[in-house]
Amino acid sequence: MENLKRTPLFDEHVRLGAKMVPFGGWEMPVWYTSLKDEHHTVRNNVGIFDVSHMGEIDIKGNEAIRFVNYIITNNVEKIKPGEIVYSPMLNVNGGIIDDLLAYKYSDEHILLVVNASNIEKDFNWIKKQAEKFDVEVKNISDETAQIAIQGPKAEEMLQEISGVDLKEIPYYNFTEGRINGIPCLISRTGYTGEDGFEIYFDREAAVPMWRKLMELLPKYDGKPAGLGARDTLRLEATYLLYGNDMTDDITPLEAGLKWAVDMEKDFIGKEILLKEKETGIRRRLKGIEMLERGIPRHGYKIFVGDEEVGFITSGTVSPTLDKPVALAMLNKPYYKKDTEIEVEIRGKRVKAKVIKTPFYRGSVKTRK
Amino acid sequence: MKKFTKTHEWVEVEGKIVTIGITEHAAEELGDVTFVELPEEGKEIKKGEVLCAVESVKSASDVYSPVSGKIVEVNTELDASPEIINDDAEGKGWIVKLELSDESELDDLLTEEEYKNSL
Repeated sequence: MENLKRTPLFDEHVRLGAKMVPFGGWEMPVWYTSLKDEHHTVRNNVGIFDVSHMGEIDIKGNEAIRFVNYIITNNVEKIKPGEIVYSPMLNVNGGIIDDLLAYKYSDEHILLVVNASNIEKDFNWIKKQAEKFDVEVKNISDETAQIAIQGPKAEEMLQEISGVDLKEIPYYNFTEGRINGIPCLISRTGYTGEDGFEIYFDREAAVPMWRKLMELLPKYDGKPAGLGARDTLRLEATYLLYGNDMTDDITPLEAGLKWAVDMEKDFIGKEILLKEKETGIRRRLKGIEMLERGIPRHGYKIFVGDEEVGFITSGTVSPTLDKPVALAMLNKPYYKKDTEIEVEIRGKRVKAKVIKTPFYRGSVKTRK
Repeated sequence: MKKFTKTHEWVEVEGKIVTIGITEHAAEELGDVTFVELPEEGKEIKKGEVLCAVESVKSASDVYSPVSGKIVEVNTELDASPEIINDDAEGKGWIVKLELSDESELDDLLTEEEYKNSL
């Protein structure tokens, strides 16, 4: 087996009987008992996820804001300390290197939270761009544990062990405080479509934190949830997954992330996006639903007549809606709503059509 | 008596008719089964060919025919309740019944013990 990394909670997952699988270079729990159960538990109650594999890159210095604004498409100048923005980070061709969250501590300090599989790539890229700026870039991923507490009962449960009033933290805001006596960055964010929190803290405290949360879960009909449920939850909510729905050669305009691009400022890749805006995008990420039986999966080809017009980027059976849902990258003009397309599933063409997203809206307050 | 394949199918023999499904181990690995793409009755299939696909929330997996023959019955219960495979993979979760065309192929299959040792 390849050399897989493990989070500080690896032994806890194994002890709970989780099925461990390779994911982006990490050995992670895909489910503990049942993906569907864990999915419904998060939608209806609360679930906890070990997401310590995520990367954290700390940017400090006089030019922190100017620098981060140069490497990401969204704007950290426009937010206040304690606020967070979601943003793609682009290469010079306008393709997405990664998507990330930028946490603004102050004008001199921004924390970037990046995808596990991209930590090295991102860090090297950011470090290189930073040469021309008065900033210090530090990869603190290995020292940092992260647990996501997600679901309509997340706030109530977490409040039991929180030293800060969680009601005071609005969506896409964070604060520093203690959870279970452990100093944390507490952020009202998530990847499930439900209300909830993501907490970041020293990896040495991961086991006591996890065990405390496990102890609280039964009272709220909660459960630990694996990456499998995380994926179905995020897809229902239509949150994109790097490597599937976004890659180095997909632009944010193609991925439908225009809302996270501030064209009023300069950033790497902007010229390409300006050109794209002028000429119109050649393809667009869209939601589809099946009109005939079949489950669309990542990589399946899409046809209209004899013409190949796109491919599935993510697909699954939605446990909440109890039907297949998928995201597809579709060539112009086939991405218009209600366009009938065919997905090739194991050699057979199965009818589908373009629909509006999100597939499902959970308890989360709308992203601004 | 049940026989098994390295690719996690099981076969139960009753004269010339064999019942085929996926093993409990395979069902556990797949997770929650959400869809079984059943083959058509009457179809001739060769040993090692794809018999059908079993899809879980997470992934799609091909099921290979452990023997050659003609499909005489499919478990249509799986259409409405694919989760039967999770509940009882080696019983109610059977997938097809096949009329054997070459009984000697049964000799190539694994015994339960051989299969369990291969996991």
